[in-house]
Amino acid sequence: MSKGIFIVVEQRDGKVQNVGLELIGEATRLKADLGDDVYAVLLGCGIEGEVNKLYHFGADKVILVDSDYLKNYVTEPYTKAVTEVVNKFDPEIMLFGASSIGRDLAPRVASRVKTGLVADTTGLRMAKTEQELQQEAAHGCKDPERALLMTRPAFGGNLLATLMCPRTKPQMATVRPGVMKKIDKDETRTGELIKLDVQFTPEDMNVEIIEAVKANKKMVDITEAKVLVSGGRGAGRDAYEMLRACADELGGEVSASRACVDDQACEWAKTEMQVGQTGKTVRPDLYLACGISGAIQHVAGMENSDLVIAINKNDTAPIFSVSDLGIVGDVKKILPKLTTALKKYNADKLV
Amino acid sequence: MKIIVCIKQVPDTVDVKIDPKTGNLIREGLPVIINPDDKAGIEAALAIKEQTGATIQVVSMGPPQADVALREALAMGCDEAVLISAREFGGSDTYATSGIIAAAIRKLGMPEILITGRQAIDGDTAQVGPQIGEKLHIPQVSYVEEIQEVTADHLIVKRQFEDGYHIIKIKTPCLLTAIGELAKPRYMTVSGIVEAYNKEIKVLGFEELKDDLELDMIGTKGSPTNVYQSFPKQLKAPGTVLKDMSDDELVAAIMAKLEEKHVI
Ligand SMILES: Cc1cc2nc3c(=O)[nH]c(=O)nc-3n(C[C@H](O)[C@H](O)[C@H](O)COP(=O)(O)OP(=O)(O)OC[C@H]3O[C@@H](n4cnc5c(N)ncnc54)[C@H](O)[C@@H]3O)c2cc1C
Repeated sequence: MSKGIFIVVEQRDGKVQNVGLELIGEATRLKADLGDDVYAVLLGCGIEGEVNKLYHFGADKVILVDSDYLKNYVTEPYTKAVTEVVNKFDPEIMLFGASSIGRDLAPRVASRVKTGLVADTTGLRMAKTEQELQQEAAHGCKDPERALLMTRPAFGGNLLATLMCPRTKPQMATVRPGVMKKIDKDETRTGELIKLDVQFTPEDMNVEIIEAVKANKKMVDITEAKVLVSGGRGAGRDAYEMLRACADELGGEVSASRACVDDQACEWAKTEMQVGQTGKTVRPDLYLACGISGAIQHVAGMENSDLVIAINKNDTAPIFSVSDLGIVGDVKKILPKLTTALKKYNADKLV
Repeated sequence: MKIIVCIKQVPDTVDVKIDPKTGNLIREGLPVIINPDDKAGIEAALAIKEQTGATIQVVSMGPPQADVALREALAMGCDEAVLISAREFGGSDTYATSGIIAAAIRKLGMPEILITGRQAIDGDTAQVGPQIGEKLHIPQVSYVEEIQEVTADHLIVKRQFEDGYHIIKIKTPCLLTAIGELAKPRYMTVSGIVEAYNKEIKVLGFEELKDDLELDMIGTKGSPTNVYQSFPKQLKAPGTVLKDMSDDELVAAIMAKLEEKHVI
């Protein structure tokens, strides 16, 4: 019988990526209903030092495949290793991060082991209600109480669809980074390490990496920021100083809408700063939307923020329908005033 | 050299309207376009054609109306167009779709280079390309943002990651999935449009492909994933909107909110 919730943990340069820890967190929540162990599958070269971290964030067991073939991400060796994990352990559920690596690897694996795969999910739950169990059974599921329901945005975020994978195992999904929550780190937690020896051959390395380049600029990760001051077209092409000054007072970072990122003349807005369906999903404590209209594709990336405040001169801007506080006015006047007020507040707090 | 480009006709999702009662997509009058990543793939193929004299077959799976997208690709300069269409194929998920397209590609003859878009804007799955590659047993590079070298037996391409890039050498036959940055699509020419409408679009249906399909894994019934339900997105309840106040009052209101929520 298929058993276990398996997380294929992404690592880059030997460092476990956040999305892997987020998925382990989600797996511990699914475990509460399903009862199965949480397995973290870690692939790479010289990465055993990362194993303990996976226990600390909730993994019961770690399957480690350590090989020279896995030093850089290459589709075939990674696919072969994950396929071997599937064949050997027969997982009930297998999850990948929906990054540019997970989205390359997961479809290859799903096709090879002949199972379904749901992309870019934002919600996962075990089937529970009468209707859910009955629908699973009606679609040929033999063990509906072990069935996973996977929710994802469709049609540019206008619709949500919940999917099931009733007849084949593992039930597989990729999950967007930033959507699930890590559990609190517990350094006393340990687990069981399973080292898996995969027999790679030179033919598996069916492409040659001539050069691997890291973006050398120091990249700010907007998904990690507690506060985001986000600029849209309405903030203007020269808005950076204004946004940055406010973000500094709030201890936050600057993010942007796609309109700014796509605008060549808007130099400050870099791809990695884009929030939204085709950008990043963020959930900061405060999202301050400055001159952003609130298109559905933008909202898809920020609606889970704890507190949303929007400044927009148009009182019917859709961003107001997802804001806790809407401010109708000119951002170019209001934001500098807000920064001044924050400066004063911060200075007063010091004395 | 032969190149096959897979394209999909998609609704222009910016303009999508949802029926508030049924929660279904209102398809009526919805403009359709060639999926942007696929269109970048067509352009990249055309550039290779100009350089090497390759021929380009463009392939689309969809309803008969998808021939509009195929004709646009012909008008841009592709040589042949193939529509994969059958009632049996309707409702296929990505696994089923990739199996059908892979069968069609085998039928048409394996190309040296197979190009798909990274993802389609209506589904955003990014799965069909790699799944076709798997079913054809060819290597792949996805998220291709530049093709640097094309020879008869290999390509050198630039593969994008969130935090950098790889320069990769890959032997043909192979699959590339294109992202928008790969190429800026050209416009159709008037003579191209006229020619496109005189060309015949080859149709591959169920009969032509059935011997090469996993018959229990196609269409609505056979797809490994099924829709349980779909529903319009519920946005959170909107809060207060303050207007017709002075800038200073508005700033004070923001400060009060930040204090109330312990952001400051
Ligand atoms: C497939 C697809 C994917 C997409 N993905 C994303 C994505 O990931 N992220 C994203 O952001 N977008 C995305 N978009 C684009 C999205 O549809 C919108 O076009 C975009 O978000 C608009 O950005 P904006 O709000 O900055 O600009 P606009 O829509 O032009 O809005 C500018 C706003 O500023 C206000 N304004 C102007 N001047 C002032 C002023 N002085 N003071 C105050 N307010 C002012 C205006 O009232 C207006 O509301 C996507 C689109 C598609 C089709």
